[in-house]
Amino acid sequence: MVIFRFGLLLATLLFMFVMPVQAKTLTIGITQFPHTLHPTIDSMAATSYIMGLARRPITAYDADWTLVCLLCTELPTLENGRAKVVEVPKDVGDGTGRGIAVTYTLPAEAAWGDGTPITTADVVFTWEVGRHPQVGISAAELYRRILDITVVDDKTFTLVMDRVGFTYNSIGDFGLLPAHIEGPAFAENPAAYRSRTAYDRAPETKGLWFGPYRVTEVSQGAQVVLERNPAWWGDAPAFDKIIVKAVENTAALEANLLAGGVDMIPGELGLAVDQVIAFEKRHGSRFAITYKPSLYYEHLEVPLDAPMFADVRVRRALLHAIDRQLIVDKLFGGKLTVATTKVSPLDWVHHDGLAPLPFDPAKARQLLDEAGWTPGPDGIRRNAEGQALAFPLQTTAGNRTRERVQQVLQAQWRDVGVDAQIRNEPARVLFGETLNKRRFTGAVMFAWISSPENVPRTTQHCEEIPTTANAWTGQNYGAYCDPAMDTLIDAIEVELDRDKRAALWLELQEKMAADVPDLPLFFRSEAYILPPWLKGLRPTGHLNPSTLWVETWSVDGR
Amino acid sequence: MGGLAARVLRRLGQSVLVLLVMSFVIYGLIGLMPGDPIDLMIATLPNITPDDIARLRSLHGLDEPIWLRWWQWLTSALGGDLGNSRLYGAPVESVIAGPLLRSLMLIAASLVIALAIALPIGILAALRPRGVFDTVANLIAFVGLSMPTFWLGIMLIMVFAVTFGWLPAGGVPQSGAGVAETLRHMALPVATLAVATIGQYTRYMRAAMIESLNQDYVRTALAKGAGRWRVVLVHALRNAMIPVVTVLALDFGMLFSGALITETVFAWPGMGKLIFDAVMGNDYALALAALLLATAVTLLGNALADVAYGWLDPRIGRGSKAP
Repeated sequence: MVIFRFGLLLATLLFMFVMPVQAKTLTIGITQFPHTLHPTIDSMAATSYIMGLARRPITAYDADWTLVCLLCTELPTLENGRAKVVEVPKDVGDGTGRGIAVTYTLPAEAAWGDGTPITTADVVFTWEVGRHPQVGISAAELYRRILDITVVDDKTFTLVMDRVGFTYNSIGDFGLLPAHIEGPAFAENPAAYRSRTAYDRAPETKGLWFGPYRVTEVSQGAQVVLERNPAWWGDAPAFDKIIVKAVENTAALEANLLAGGVDMIPGELGLAVDQVIAFEKRHGSRFAITYKPSLYYEHLEVPLDAPMFADVRVRRALLHAIDRQLIVDKLFGGKLTVATTKVSPLDWVHHDGLAPLPFDPAKARQLLDEAGWTPGPDGIRRNAEGQALAFPLQTTAGNRTRERVQQVLQAQWRDVGVDAQIRNEPARVLFGETLNKRRFTGAVMFAWISSPENVPRTTQHCEEIPTTANAWTGQNYGAYCDPAMDTLIDAIEVELDRDKRAALWLELQEKMAADVPDLPLFFRSEAYILPPWLKGLRPTGHLNPSTLWVETWSVDGR
Repeated sequence: MGGLAARVLRRLGQSVLVLLVMSFVIYGLIGLMPGDPIDLMIATLPNITPDDIARLRSLHGLDEPIWLRWWQWLTSALGGDLGNSRLYGAPVESVIAGPLLRSLMLIAASLVIALAIALPIGILAALRPRGVFDTVANLIAFVGLSMPTFWLGIMLIMVFAVTFGWLPAGGVPQSGAGVAETLRHMALPVATLAVATIGQYTRYMRAAMIESLNQDYVRTALAKGAGRWRVVLVHALRNAMIPVVTVLALDFGMLFSGALITETVFAWPGMGKLIFDAVMGNDYALALAALLLATAVTLLGNALADVAYGWLDPRIGRGSKAP
């Protein structure tokens, strides 16, 4: 009895002392370290993940893929009068002479980490920095589209946008900067601002941050330590301190998790799904593992201007020849979703009446026969000129997950007489040269990540085909070009009525399914390995990281 | 003395020339790599315009011929300005400082430990070649040499961090951490690096010592009645150290260029990772500064090795001719 009581006392003491101590610090392991902590200069997933803890965008898509206000009191809409279509000069925007004025109000209590209120002066300063040509902000599009900012008062401002589009109230890329800290460095020399910003020179400066946490220590390449921000005006977060640790080697990251060096590995910058499935089999009982279907669209890009791929029957045959569900089931434990087009089934605009082309090798053979590719003596198909149906199959070298998929694709295509030769390249060559400059002659496997209801302008509009004339901008690598598709894209972008837009989306997906501009594979899932005591973390599956809602995370619901 | 000054000056001149050539070669090789940072940016920024591309290329100086960019870098570097890192947006010196210190700590510690273990083992193994001790020492050396560092690193983490929980699995200590905490974080990466180095130096030491012990002067010393250990440690060891010092001098540069794989496995951000990122990210200023530093230190190591040769074998210093 005495032993039992002693044990009970010990357990109580452990619960009282050990759990709170554990709960005071949360260590997150990620696979990348940001080069800069400046919110707008560069775009890196690691930056946005860490920034989610210490800053807030004005608007963001939440875990339900709905646009919400994070640093504004009410989302502007045409219905609530905060957005109004206005006239703008015809030589700006889309040339229609129609723009939109959108009014936001910052929360009254919003303040930087040093207590200085966040005001419209910061908004105007950020706009000036963002659109200055010498600062070198890579994602300058949003700042350029803002023609003017009208300051209503300290907290309310109106942005005049150069065009009307249904995403008029989404300004998540507007990375607010503290004018009282960054102003002098920018004013002194805008061209040198990039190397003088306090975000990199003195990231521990309190006034740079305005999230639930603020950065208190940066060990370059290793970790960022964040502590509670006393000036945060929202719900108090559960942890006193969050350490974000970068461990690039995924085997070492797993070992860190098992050793207690990190408490969790997030899906945004963690392990691939197949790695997590293997991890779950070995150690699943110790962790809470969740898979969130994401907007990462894995597909095969093919050059449609190459005779071999110009015929839609060939593209359809290539899809019929792949058992995508088998790949998903066998390699990814069924955690991925086979794609019909590049619109995710979880997106509200998804066409539920369409289904992925089924695995049907007989149909694939029939289509290839019809297209003039008949089996040769070696089993590889040839056309009337004797050209073999053979092409390189490329992806990022060293990406084990994609390399495994490649093996299956190669074997299944071989079964219908298609010879795909695996020829992988490092990411910087594949994306910096081969794809960008359209030097690929076969199929290239990679993924697009987007926000919900993302119009495929850059990937499917005729104007977005990279050429020397446009300095290789645009992401329509396959050179898909159809005026009917362009018309649909243009119409969707400016359609403000949700129902009418939904109808256009259905039409667009039907066209995509018929034309097969690229070969859809599947939508990836993000795998989160969490400690069982961590509650309230809701993965988003898109570009806005789960850290933007860190104040909802808790220990065992407390 | 005049001869020594001339030699030092000649050596210095050669080193400057090597650094100059290296700087151009490094600059040129990075420039020859396919895809530049702006090309990569295009892939991730759907709305980037041709004007943006031109503006960013100009801002990063990528719109000028490579030789001109190199010349501009050289003239400002000679004026004391090493430039700003493109990736980190900060002066190169400040970006390098932290990783340099961490690499020095890691590699110097592993080198000292490895030498302290490998040299005695190599000497003892050489005393009785193919004896029991020599066989065991060789076996251990080969095991150390043939184990890939990434595998050994993970195994050490699994044993000492995951299974026993004695040591951290990786990372750097937080600022303000004491010496003990720093040593705990260093233990596994240092051990990983030391294991391979022990094998390497044991083999060198053993081979050099066997050769030395077979020299006539060793036999003469023994015949004259000198003690065995005195002959080994005073007569034979000095000569045997010459090849070891040569290898050590070549390894000297590693102190400043880091150990990429070990740093990656243990999330210990040192010079290896920094140089890799700088080269892959076309960060010319950072890559040049880091690689030239490693080159300069290697040259310095070789110069020190020359001095050491003179001490170990005075005939080398005097430039004596063969009879």
